[in-house]
Amino acid sequence: MTFLFYIFAAFALIGGIGVVVYRNPVSSAFSMILSFLGLAALFIQLNAYLVGVLQILVYAGAIMVLFLFIIMLINVEDEEKRRFPFFSFLGAGGIAVAFIALLAVVLKRFAPGEATIPKLTALEGPGTSDTHQVGELLFSTYWFPIQIVAILLLVATVGVVVLSKKELK
Amino acid sequence: MELTLNHFLFVSGILFAIGLSGVLLRRNLIVIFMCLELMLAAANLTLVAFSRFNLQDGQPDYDGHVLLFFIITVAAAEVAVGLAIIVALFRNRETTDVTKINSMKF
Repeated sequence: MTFLFYIFAAFALIGGIGVVVYRNPVSSAFSMILSFLGLAALFIQLNAYLVGVLQILVYAGAIMVLFLFIIMLINVEDEEKRRFPFFSFLGAGGIAVAFIALLAVVLKRFAPGEATIPKLTALEGPGTSDTHQVGELLFSTYWFPIQIVAILLLVATVGVVVLSKKELK
Repeated sequence: MELTLNHFLFVSGILFAIGLSGVLLRRNLIVIFMCLELMLAAANLTLVAFSRFNLQDGQPDYDGHVLLFFIITVAAAEVAVGLAIIVALFRNRETTDVTKINSMKF
């Protein structure tokens, strides 16, 4: 368990670092896929099977394909050679290190964080999977938010079509 | 060593910090946008971890999963609109370098 956690956490973090350090956007996109796969594995380790699969399908699948498509569509090559200016490197690295240090201090004093993974009670029979449970919640307790999300997707679709027109009026 | 909640929160925080440094460091608009997505995904891990450690009747707290479902949907919509804006910008300015996009009106 612990061993797998470290492996997949390393996947996620190395992928994340790859996104930042690769100069070629295509390499960035591929290391992002690696990062998302590691994250999905961590979700599955936390018994969130539906969410893990969604992470792979939507993030690593649909969203990253969209990114790659746009990268191919507008060719970005000329900025590969330029080096990062020293001060922006210092600023970005400093802020990231400060953030992690702050987080370490906070988590050290966060008593509930010491809890180990609690055991689940095993359920048998149909209707006990997490997909079923989440689906039931979505269409009973959360029926109104899901309508809002439906409208949001519609608005996004229309917005993309309008934005992609040749002439914006 | 047993896995604790802090392990997951820390990984999530580091991933968030990596995304943040990418947003500050990179000059390419598309890569900045990818780093934003990375920060969003890092926050997802926190949600799943809290839902798993807060048991309801011996099962994970599925409310967290529902919230995650909504976040993924909103992220998909956001990526579609954001990339459309980047393409529109590229059509006008022929660049995705944020240092070259420095006028308010064009």
